[in-house]
Amino acid sequence: MTAAPAPPAPSRPPRPPLRRAVDGRWVAGVARGLALHLGVDPWVIRAAFVLAAFSGAGVIAYAAFWAVVPLDTRPDRGAAPARGLRPDPYGPAPGPGEGQPPGEERRDLVGLLGLAAVAVGGLLLLRQAGLEVAGAAVPFVVAATGVAVLWRLADDAQRRRVVEATAGLTQPVGEGAPRWAGWARLFLGVVLLATGAGVFFASRGGIGAATTAVLAVLVALAGLLVVAGPWLYRLVRELADERAERIRSQERADLAAHVHDSVLQTLTLIQRRSDDPREVVRLARAEERALRQWLYQPAAERADSVAVVLERLAADVEDDHGGTLDVVCVGDAPVDERLEALLQAAREAMVNAAKYAAEDGPVSVYAEVEPHEVSVYVRDRGPGFELAAIPADRMGVRESIIGRVERAGGRAEVRTAPGDGCEVRLSMPRTEEGQ
Amino acid sequence: MTDESTPTDETGPTAAGPPRVVLVDDHRMVRTGVRTELGDAVEVVGEAGDVDQAVIVITATRPEVVLLDVHLPGGGGAEVIHRIAPTMPEVRFLALSVSDAAEDVITTIRAGARGYVTKSITGPELADAVLRVAGGDAVFSPRLAGFVLDAFSSGAPAPASAEELDLLSPREREVMRLIARGYAYKEVAKELFISIKTVETHVSAVLRKLQLSNRHELSRWAADRGVV
Repeated sequence: MTAAPAPPAPSRPPRPPLRRAVDGRWVAGVARGLALHLGVDPWVIRAAFVLAAFSGAGVIAYAAFWAVVPLDTRPDRGAAPARGLRPDPYGPAPGPGEGQPPGEERRDLVGLLGLAAVAVGGLLLLRQAGLEVAGAAVPFVVAATGVAVLWRLADDAQRRRVVEATAGLTQPVGEGAPRWAGWARLFLGVVLLATGAGVFFASRGGIGAATTAVLAVLVALAGLLVVAGPWLYRLVRELADERAERIRSQERADLAAHVHDSVLQTLTLIQRRSDDPREVVRLARAEERALRQWLYQPAAERADSVAVVLERLAADVEDDHGGTLDVVCVGDAPVDERLEALLQAAREAMVNAAKYAAEDGPVSVYAEVEPHEVSVYVRDRGPGFELAAIPADRMGVRESIIGRVERAGGRAEVRTAPGDGCEVRLSMPRTEEGQ
Repeated sequence: MTDESTPTDETGPTAAGPPRVVLVDDHRMVRTGVRTELGDAVEVVGEAGDVDQAVIVITATRPEVVLLDVHLPGGGGAEVIHRIAPTMPEVRFLALSVSDAAEDVITTIRAGARGYVTKSITGPELADAVLRVAGGDAVFSPRLAGFVLDAFSSGAPAPASAEELDLLSPREREVMRLIARGYAYKEVAKELFISIKTVETHVSAVLRKLQLSNRHELSRWAADRGVV
């Protein structure tokens, strides 16, 4: 590692810990991990390793890093590990030399070549050490490549475990890395290893000795499998069970915490306020709404859009004035200035309905977002009133509903008659950039 | 908009007297509450708390209407419909649930329910809905109407093979809009200057489209839940 470049300027604040990289690796992620840690181009490190390999030191260093440096399994590391096994081709913080995202198969192939290169380097190292290896050159390379393939397999298995543990329950796990691929690589590794050993013995003691050696290895392996197989299987099963149990208990803890913080608290409050039916209804309704939202609406979907804001306004009105507001939204759009005016007017209409018609059944609030306009209807089944009888100085209806919408360029209409409930109809043309 | 043939006219309202009803819900408190709210408007002939029990009770009592919870141990409301419908097509289902989630609504409707109301519905409204379903009509809550409008009008156009099934007629759309705004059928009729019977015809036609259409939005929900 004498080729290591100068340390980066101290002004660069967060240096990532030394981990073997998962995304954008070529062999085992050692070079890339080092590069990320040191803040240099991965190709510099790779070149250093390759050059150093001719003296043997590069290979030893690489193998040592591979064995000692942990795989990068942090879930926040780029997006790829959290989303399945496909490596993110644009990995986190791509260096200048990382621009080309090779296809998955190509990367595997190159990885294999890299492994072979490591093995060749190891061979050179052995020769350097004065060992007589001329005859063993090819078998050694083959066997070492096999070992490296198996090691890499272990890396992948470890990564998969982490992905499974961090992925949400709903996410399909292991998608993108077909099972057979793992088995194929396992097979390849074992075959390479056995071939290497066989050829090695063949070069020493003739073909008979080689066959015997390979057979012996295979028989020993089979025996080991028979003896330890059931135990291994149980171990794997137990591991899986334990993981599932851990996820379950985590869920249960979350649920318990939520129920305690919200539902139980509200029930206590309701018991304390049981002499005030209006307050009890209000508390129960608010809790129902919160629980519903928690159960059915993923937090990610809740940006500031017409539907979301309208639901929120309705919830506030329910909290402040009692009553039940049933909100139905069709379509959705981001809220701009004009729609803000529309929604505020709708809020006033909802307040009126909740104040005067809460006892007469739920208030229906309906919003529809169309390509050219947005309409909101607030309908109650209350006593209704004579529109003409409202004094001109009553700010509520005239100013804060009709005036507000018309000033913003929309239309407002109040339909009511004594004994026939009341419906406020609001509409607002959409601005061009809103589609 | 007068005489379209719709599924409604195959059986008229059944014999006089309150309709016979079976309640299916896994919470006994809910069943008791619903039974009380319905009062004398209907005759509750049986109750069940899970799918298997529901199939047994329905087969034994042959009710006109089954009030069906969407979430049930043993497969959910849709499963009950799948098991009963082949042998007893005359039994009608009205889904009753606390869930407002769109996939619950659509799964149950596509399984064959003739309507969907949420548990916040008042007693008289629920009794009215049961009578309506017993008479062969469809029952749309504002939320279901809103969902229909969403599914049939949202951005993506109907598939290339768009038939009549995949589109709402302008009149059907108007009816759905008014229902979404909280109008009762009677009020819809008054607003559009049509008869209640015509409103019912439109709603039944929409229900049929909702059950049979191949629109992407609808089939996706169904496919997600393993319903046809």
